[in-house]
Amino acid sequence: MELTRNKQESTAPKKRKLSERKKDMLSGYLYIAPFFIIFGVIGLYPALFSIVLAFNKWSGFGDMEFVGLQNFTLVLQDPLFWKSLYNTVIMGLMGTAPQLIVGIVLAYFLNMAVIKFTNFFRVTIFMPYITSMVAVALVFGVFFSNNESALANYVIGWFGIDPVNWKTSEWGAKIAISLMVFWRWVGYNTIIYLAGLQSIPKDLYEAATIDGANKVQQFFHITIPLLKPFILLTVFMSTVGAMQLFAEPTVFLGSSAFTRDEAMTVVMYLYRDAFNLNSFGTASATAVLLLIIIVVVASINTWLTSGKKLKKGRVKNAKR
Amino acid sequence: MRKDNKKKFSVGVLPVYVVLIIASLLSLFPFYWMFVMATRPSEAYNSIPPAIIPGTKLVENFQMVLDSIPFFQAMWNTIVLCTSVTVVVLIISSLAGFAFSKFNFPGKNIFFVLILLTMVVPPQLGLIPQYYLVSKLGWLDTLFGAGILYLLNPLGIFLMRQYVTQSVPDELIEAAKLDGCSNFRIYRSIVLPIIKPAFATLGIIVFTLVWGEFLWQFTVLRSPESYTLQVALASLNNAYNVDFGMLLSGVFWATVPLILIFLMFNRLFISSITEGSVK
Repeated sequence: MELTRNKQESTAPKKRKLSERKKDMLSGYLYIAPFFIIFGVIGLYPALFSIVLAFNKWSGFGDMEFVGLQNFTLVLQDPLFWKSLYNTVIMGLMGTAPQLIVGIVLAYFLNMAVIKFTNFFRVTIFMPYITSMVAVALVFGVFFSNNESALANYVIGWFGIDPVNWKTSEWGAKIAISLMVFWRWVGYNTIIYLAGLQSIPKDLYEAATIDGANKVQQFFHITIPLLKPFILLTVFMSTVGAMQLFAEPTVFLGSSAFTRDEAMTVVMYLYRDAFNLNSFGTASATAVLLLIIIVVVASINTWLTSGKKLKKGRVKNAKR
Repeated sequence: MRKDNKKKFSVGVLPVYVVLIIASLLSLFPFYWMFVMATRPSEAYNSIPPAIIPGTKLVENFQMVLDSIPFFQAMWNTIVLCTSVTVVVLIISSLAGFAFSKFNFPGKNIFFVLILLTMVVPPQLGLIPQYYLVSKLGWLDTLFGAGILYLLNPLGIFLMRQYVTQSVPDELIEAAKLDGCSNFRIYRSIVLPIIKPAFATLGIIVFTLVWGEFLWQFTVLRSPESYTLQVALASLNNAYNVDFGMLLSGVFWATVPLILIFLMFNRLFISSITEGSVK
């Protein structure tokens, strides 16, 4: 009696399980389908189309004409492309590298147990991030106007520096744009570093204090190595973001954005080729080059940051 | 002991406060200055020393903004765009995140790696074909055309999968299945209520992203009636002789709503940053 009952019980769930597995499979595909349909139409297809376009001559109308590598040679022989790449790298460096240091210092201060009102400071320091890039560029555009009475010119006047034509000078434009990138993002990075600091166990510091390590030693041998993944993350995001700089210079320069070259970035160069000059082929070649540049620069930066920190980690381990 | 602590406080901590206060002031100053400029006549801009106290032209300047761009239309367009994109992304991401977390199906890992890969490709790579596609389909100058690009949000699936895995126990789903619940019913009645906090996080990320994005909106929206706030504001700066008071009045009134939302939900905003990127 008992045996047969057991048998019955064990066959019934098996059947149900089988059909359930099929149902789960079907649901699985069904639920991820919306994303992959969208991905196919506006992600994968355009990306592949871009790569094809990069080898063709096309103005958006009529037939494409295969031209081999001609688009790439055209772009690579254009001094304006190299100028825009130079601008992008310089503004990227000036806008993001200081964030690393300032962000870590601010996060370190915000994480100190003795500091009060940390939530107030956190909110105010983070606030620039919620403004849009366009808003930041317009506000800074008035602050750094070509006018002699621009607030920026007034402020540098205190230090005996002559007024600068911020929008039409080689370094004026770059400094103004780097500053707005810095201002908008430093709070964002501070928050990420703060999360990193809060993930470091307190007893590590207590143990170090007992061992006689001072605050500076603790900072370089505990804080920085353990913060490494967070630093890597921000370096990666900053690099990728900096190479894609578009809104800030475009809006800051307004009507002269695509006619002057002091602050033209690679994406602006691409945009100008595509939508002002209707040269979709060379613009796509630029897009492909940009992808390669981003991958290379991001890898180098990530490698540099991780390499340095690894050394410090090793020193720490050796001391142990 | 106590004396020691007190001494340490007064000496060591003061510079830290000074640095934090300076950082806060530098963060806040552009907001304040934007407000000052929005209340001043344009001539004030030529005065030396520059004006740093609010004036009386708040209403006049905004009236000039209304005369040059369809401000409220643009605000409405932005709100419609952000809200609808956010809702759709939340649905797509939670469905896919649920599937990746709780169902087994052939090719699951390959699909997931594919999603991670899409996070690395820069959006500019497909810009031209995307523009071409949208224009061929007749979606130029429409919010639909502007919004469709943001529906591709791999981060959302990543976050949702993580959250469902962490907070929805397998036993709960098994139990529901034994009770005869369909998979969609499980999604709607069990998973959705549990992952509400993740909705808040992802919702804020998507909403602010769409609110501030410029390149795509600038590319697709060409006629003033379809402008979003960002495109409308940028167009204010294109005249040869820009009235700075009007310009910053536009920026000010376009930024105020977001500041208010931020101040109300600042904890959520700040935690969305760490949850959206650190994990």
